[in-house]
Amino acid sequence: MSDRVAIVGVAQTRFSPKRADANVAELAYEVIEKVLNDTGLSIEKDIDNTISCSHDIWDGQTISNIGITDVAGGHLRTEEKMAMDGSTAAYYGAVGILSGEYECTLLLAHTKMSQTNRHIVNNDAFEPIYSRQLGLDFTSAGALQARRFMHAHGLSREDFARVVMKNLGNAMANPLACRFGYYGLDDVLSAPMEADPLTAMDAAPDVDGAVAMIVASESKAKKITDTPVWIQGLGSCYDDYFLGDRDLAECMALEKAAAQAYKMAGISNPVKDLDLIELSDEFSYQELLWLEGLGVCKPGEGARLTESGFTSREGELPVNPSGGVLSGVPANVMGLNRVAEAALQLMGKAGERQVKDAKRAVAQGHTGFCGQHQCVIVLGNQ
Amino acid sequence: MENKFVQAPFEVDQHITAHSNYFAGKMGSKFYVALRDSKEILGVRCKTCSKVLWPPRETCGRCFSLLTEDDLVKIGPGGSVVSFTRVHYSEPIHPDVDAPLVYAVIQLDGADSGMTHLIGGVDPEQIEIGMRVTPVFIENRNGNILDIVYFKPE
Repeated sequence: MSDRVAIVGVAQTRFSPKRADANVAELAYEVIEKVLNDTGLSIEKDIDNTISCSHDIWDGQTISNIGITDVAGGHLRTEEKMAMDGSTAAYYGAVGILSGEYECTLLLAHTKMSQTNRHIVNNDAFEPIYSRQLGLDFTSAGALQARRFMHAHGLSREDFARVVMKNLGNAMANPLACRFGYYGLDDVLSAPMEADPLTAMDAAPDVDGAVAMIVASESKAKKITDTPVWIQGLGSCYDDYFLGDRDLAECMALEKAAAQAYKMAGISNPVKDLDLIELSDEFSYQELLWLEGLGVCKPGEGARLTESGFTSREGELPVNPSGGVLSGVPANVMGLNRVAEAALQLMGKAGERQVKDAKRAVAQGHTGFCGQHQCVIVLGNQ
Repeated sequence: MENKFVQAPFEVDQHITAHSNYFAGKMGSKFYVALRDSKEILGVRCKTCSKVLWPPRETCGRCFSLLTEDDLVKIGPGGSVVSFTRVHYSEPIHPDVDAPLVYAVIQLDGADSGMTHLIGGVDPEQIEIGMRVTPVFIENRNGNILDIVYFKPE
């Protein structure tokens, strides 16, 4: 049994609105080949487990991982698919190594959102008896959560817009980002309204892309790299399914997932103990709500942290120095991209978006509408 | 140099369709028959938690009590708006109502959980959290959630 698990390599595609030149398997192969080359590992000799994250409807077949088994080494050994956000691949990859069953696991997340209609795909996440016929999707459901969150704390559209401005500004330094730029408040507020209070700029754009990562046991990791990033804490929790069963202005599931991960990592004060956070801002308001769930601030206070620059890349606790999901990361991929970005920071390989002296980070991913399932991963380079 | 023919990316055009009949469950069947035949809305009371839940279900997710048909209770039909949004895009998945489509979570009287549905019969700009609403039923009801056309202000 391994005491510790490390991320030893990361590869990501550039995220773009449509990768017409690559099908799903070709997109996956790009990052798998790169991460194997970077780490010098062989898919036949070194990798003993593969975990992938993808979406049946976006990929166009049930058990969508069947479409990538050839390029992911799944025909050589076990390969498992998480029909969930990419962060859960890191979670189960780490669990598999901690159990002693595996030594070196390839993680993969891929989606081509350009292949079909996002709202229609996400409408299928709503159960068919009471909800689906209403035509709900993740944007309209997110808007219901955003308004309830605003109502609970007297927040404004400007508070959400400042998250967009910060993250798209951060994305200027991220060569993989699809959407970036220095925007003013009016640019965000006057963007086309999708489902109020959320404009097109408050929502992550549709993009294609993939992320691959290799995690290994401590003894194996030390042979592969001089800059291992240790997975120090893991947490996972579901909230109620039906929107009407939840308090939409709170994020109980994230609080519980964070509590598990922090306990495992020995974190008592996240603001003091963490050097950066990469969280899944699929919609602008979520950055503020997830900051509460991650224990960074009291309910309703995330907006003030954004406005004061506390969460900027140069601030006390940088949040989404990569530009986050708002800069364009595909559904299902976004959580593994959060883990990858946090790992690159701790390896000192984040290029222009590097946060100085980063030693400890947290990555957060979620699956389902309004963040029903939450996954939290604490990483460190010490 | 040899001129190489460059093949443009080729996409295979497909459309997936499946007509489905999903079993509403024991409690759901009661709910839909009551909605269709009597314009009544049923929830279920968990005696252990003292909570009335919508939609009615056989298990309380909090205390894992088994709930039975004897625990079904009438709720609403009126309620108050917990949250709402006006949707400005249109998709084939949307019900056939005039834009903007307005969704809301509505806390029905006598229930402890909300129902997500539509709001209509009102200027969308006049909707606010806490507003009292009541359901409008369609005349020929088939037993589905759109037997309620929308909720309108009381």
